[in-house]
Amino acid sequence: MADVRRFLYINRKAPYGTIYALESLEVVLIGAAFEQDVSLAFLDDGVFQLAKGQDTTGIGMKGFSAIYRALGDYGVTKLYVETDSLVTRGLTLDDLQTITFEDENDGYAEKPSIIPVNKAEMAKVMAEQDVVLSF
Amino acid sequence: MLHIVNKSPFQTSTLQSCLDHALAGDAIVLIEDGVYAAIRGSAVSAAITEAKGRVTFHALGPDIAARGIAPEKLIDGVASTSYGGFVDLVAEHQTNQAWL
Repeated sequence: MADVRRFLYINRKAPYGTIYALESLEVVLIGAAFEQDVSLAFLDDGVFQLAKGQDTTGIGMKGFSAIYRALGDYGVTKLYVETDSLVTRGLTLDDLQTITFEDENDGYAEKPSIIPVNKAEMAKVMAEQDVVLSF
Repeated sequence: MLHIVNKSPFQTSTLQSCLDHALAGDAIVLIEDGVYAAIRGSAVSAAITEAKGRVTFHALGPDIAARGIAPEKLIDGVASTSYGGFVDLVAEHQTNQAWL
């Protein structure tokens, strides 16, 4: 069996104004089938993707924020969120939706998928990857 | 003049350039990702607050709701407008300038 590689998907753009956020999610879901060690990074405007309460009825676009909550079922359980980016944008972790996964190694206990990190910690996460895909 | 800004102020310097060129009495309407500039307590809130005395700010309500920005998170003095209100703003001003 081939070695498992560490994949990091970097999200730096706000949702809906451009297609990057949705495209990134779709690549993650497709890639999840290959059972690699996947992490997602949300920094800069990417943190807006995780804001709770997204109601797209008025703009005629399909809302996709619920898909982030389903990532745990696809084995994607590490969502790194840069806290510096939140502060710059007037947000706190409370403004983000709650995203959890069931840890099969711990009796399927429900655990948070969002991992808050500062810039320095995010840089370390990036440096540890085998494959980095940016959106 | 009605200025229309559709990009996030954290992604480009477009909003700042718009503010630098807007004259007293102008109106600025934030649409699409531009509405992120209306969140209070951000790195650009001071620039908006400073400009409020010169220009009137509007932000497109449906774009605000789509992005999950609660009404109480908006800067005081940025009025939420509907698509109909956006049309009215365009009709009320002699010219409009889209800052892409």
